[in-house]
Amino acid sequence: MRFAETIGARLILAVTLSTSVIFAGMLGFNHLRSRALIETEVANSAHYLALASANRVEAALSTTARVVEITARQLEQDQINDPRVDPASDRSVRQMLQRTLENNPEIYGTTIAFEPVGSAGAARLHAPYAYRDGAEIKTVQLEAAYDYRVQDWYQIPRELERAGWSEPYFDEGGGNTLMATYSVPFYAGSGATRRLMGVVTADISLDWLAQTIGAIKVLDSGYAFLLSRNGSIVTHPVTDHVMNESIFSLAEAADDTALREVGRRMLRGESGFVPYRGLAGAPARLYYGPIPAAGWSLAIVFPERELFAGIRELTLTVAAIGLLGILLIVLVVVLIARSITRPLHSLAIAAGRMRNGDFDVQLPAQTAHDEVGDLSRAFAAMNRDLQIHIRDLVATTSAKERIEGELSIAHDIQMSILPKMLPPFPHREEFSLFAVIEPAKEVGGDFYDFFQLDDDHLCLVVADVSGKGVPASLFMAVTKTLIKATARMDLSPAEILSRVNDQMARDNDQSMFVTVFCAVLDLRDGALVYTNAGHNPPLLIPRQGPPHYFPKTRQLVIGAVEDYPYQAETMRLTPGDRLLLYTDGVTEAMNLQDELYDEQRLLAVCNELQGEPIFDLVKGTVASIKAFAGTAPQSDDITLMAIEYRGRPSVS
Amino acid sequence: MPRFPSLILRWLSCGLFLVFALTASAAEPVKQASFIPLWLPQAQFAGYYMAAEKGIYLKHGIDLSIIEGGPGRNPSEYLRDGRADFAALWLTTALQRRDAGLPLVHIGQVVQQSSMLLVARKDSGIRTLADLAGKKVGLWGGDFDIPPHSVFDQHGLKVQPVQQSATVNLFLRGGIAAVSAMEYNEYHSILNSGLNEDELTVFPLKEHGANYPEDGLYALETTVARDPQLVSAFVRASLEGWEYAFAHPEETLDVMLRIIKDARLPANRMHQRWMLSRMRALIRPAEGSGVGELSRQDYQVVVQELRRRGLVRAALDYDDFVKGNHALR
Repeated sequence: MRFAETIGARLILAVTLSTSVIFAGMLGFNHLRSRALIETEVANSAHYLALASANRVEAALSTTARVVEITARQLEQDQINDPRVDPASDRSVRQMLQRTLENNPEIYGTTIAFEPVGSAGAARLHAPYAYRDGAEIKTVQLEAAYDYRVQDWYQIPRELERAGWSEPYFDEGGGNTLMATYSVPFYAGSGATRRLMGVVTADISLDWLAQTIGAIKVLDSGYAFLLSRNGSIVTHPVTDHVMNESIFSLAEAADDTALREVGRRMLRGESGFVPYRGLAGAPARLYYGPIPAAGWSLAIVFPERELFAGIRELTLTVAAIGLLGILLIVLVVVLIARSITRPLHSLAIAAGRMRNGDFDVQLPAQTAHDEVGDLSRAFAAMNRDLQIHIRDLVATTSAKERIEGELSIAHDIQMSILPKMLPPFPHREEFSLFAVIEPAKEVGGDFYDFFQLDDDHLCLVVADVSGKGVPASLFMAVTKTLIKATARMDLSPAEILSRVNDQMARDNDQSMFVTVFCAVLDLRDGALVYTNAGHNPPLLIPRQGPPHYFPKTRQLVIGAVEDYPYQAETMRLTPGDRLLLYTDGVTEAMNLQDELYDEQRLLAVCNELQGEPIFDLVKGTVASIKAFAGTAPQSDDITLMAIEYRGRPSVS
Repeated sequence: MPRFPSLILRWLSCGLFLVFALTASAAEPVKQASFIPLWLPQAQFAGYYMAAEKGIYLKHGIDLSIIEGGPGRNPSEYLRDGRADFAALWLTTALQRRDAGLPLVHIGQVVQQSSMLLVARKDSGIRTLADLAGKKVGLWGGDFDIPPHSVFDQHGLKVQPVQQSATVNLFLRGGIAAVSAMEYNEYHSILNSGLNEDELTVFPLKEHGANYPEDGLYALETTVARDPQLVSAFVRASLEGWEYAFAHPEETLDVMLRIIKDARLPANRMHQRWMLSRMRALIRPAEGSGVGELSRQDYQVVVQELRRRGLVRAALDYDDFVKGNHALR
């Protein structure tokens, strides 16, 4: 029995597999569900984090924006004369710029750039610029350095006719300061006569912005970055990205069209929560939301590894517990399987030993109140009953054997009392005699006997006791002994049988009887006196002419009725005549078709064997009977006795 | 605020070292020369920077210093004032300057065709050139508006020109309907500001009647007369530098990014890669005149257009103006 074929192995396999599948399914579902929950949770908190950060940035930006707006409105209200026309007003413009810087420490520089007057050819530019140089505030004329009309900070608000923040830029002075400029156009007149007077600007450093965004701490390695209106990276933990890369160039470098699409959404002022590749390509989530005042977009990166670290830990712990649980289940299954298979196994061994006759076997404890306990108890009962049964069987068998042995002895004894010397009288020439008895399996009651009453008289007896077995054989022994003891010269066969009958019938409690043919042959002249007490008629085989049966005489069997008057009959044998005496075992021999051998067949056989010596006559007849019976069991003793009368030689 | 010309120093010191190194072994003395490109350092000028970086100029006996170009630095003025021996100019600009009396001559043609575009947003309804009529169109100053004006004239278009700044931000904010863009530079900037190609209508000027050769190399007549060997060595070394740049794009990008960062300019590798690959197509066109040469036909087209528009008065002969072709043979 291979391990895989044992009940225990199948049980363990089935239970372990099904438990593992169920457990893994639950674990997976739980993991994914938790991730989804965390994601929702994180998206929410990211939303608020971004909102809070964006609000801080907006608040700072709008403070500066308001200052510039106020200046522009003041310029419009005051209807300041163009300094190029009225040099006196130039002083007040400069004072205005100076005051702005003094009152707003976050502003690095501010300018009021006037729209050129006159025709294009004679354009007169005028743009005083106040800026901080350490603690001092200095003023320069920007038109001396370049044509500010083609600067974004001037041209974009001019063309769009609205205020706005510029793209962030690095300080022209070669410093590393990231700056942005807020520009507000201001006008003279209103309605149809409104015309652009110029643009007021304020430059602020965005260092605080980088610090604010950089201070957004997300888990351990999360970070935030800011995109300008063009998608340029304004702040980023990778400083090399700042103002060098845009989200679109990163997407192009990574050939990531999805990232490009995210960038487009960010620039459109949308917000969302999307998969992202963080620093070094680590899987992450990106939350993005707008900073509307500047048209910028804030992005917060959540590294997935950290985001789901708690869940991973929980899943691992649950998995470990589950594994232990499965091991425990396996252990329990093993124990249960053993509690079943162990008794079964020992029962199988016990059954094997019992097959070999060893009933003294160790049986499993029969204390369990389950099916296995029932089986063990039934098995033990069976073992007990079998032992009793076999003991009885042994006793019965030995008794039978003893009886059979005794019967066999009885049979031997029975046979031993029959005359054995054949031919019995080799020195007598007047007759020749041959007899045979083929006993049936059981002890029967046939016998034959012959003895000389005197020199000239030979007594011949063939008898058949009713029934079979020991009583029959005893009865036969009694009959034979009685006949032999009774027979005397002066008694005829009828007288002999009458006396024997009286003796036998008197104390015949068993109501047994015996058929007897008894004859006395006078050897001198062949005279035959005989009495047939219920026996088969003998067959006379004359020297010449066909053989024939003796006429049937109706005389009673011996042992039935006391004082029965048996009659003797006589006939004369001529030399060469033969007599064949037999029992009903011959004529009633049966073949497999339940046909009787019968007297006709006997007659025919004797007719055939008429010329043969009597030894061959008897043997041939027996052979014929056996051939007829075939394999049919012999049910009765077959007894044949033949005698040939030769006559006394004349010389004596 | 003026930027300190650190690059000049850099190349000078580098050059001086190599001067000593080479004069020790070569009989030919290394000559000092300077060159100013059209614009800020970028891959548009990768060939010159690589020729300097890899010692190709020195190999040709020139200790070249490259002056950082950019806004407010007009190369023809640098030539005029002797602050630069060689300059990169568009043919249109050079012809105008020559007509205005600056005795400069053409010594080599690097970019054989026009790569200038007019770009509009599809969602502004502009599908054809005619749709630009009456619209605000961003045009660069400094003679870079000649090709688009030529296109407008050829198509009888009246647009509302708005002088364009160094950025495309006004276009991105919707301040103008169309913007001037070099295919190798501003066009990519627009794409990298989140606009997709299928959202844009692009008019390449070369397809609308103004396929004028762009970046060419120029020197004063006196420079050519004084030292023709120097001039031809400069042109050959420059073209060799371009060959090197095209053969080693990644190394070239590394060098350009380093130079751009040193100049404190936004340095974006993807942008420079785009630019270098476009320059390759411009410098090695599938057909046309040989590399470095200015074809007579192109020359005549540009001269005729400039004269038609009254930007040039005299009909200057090709051979009086183009002096560099012999250097290539």
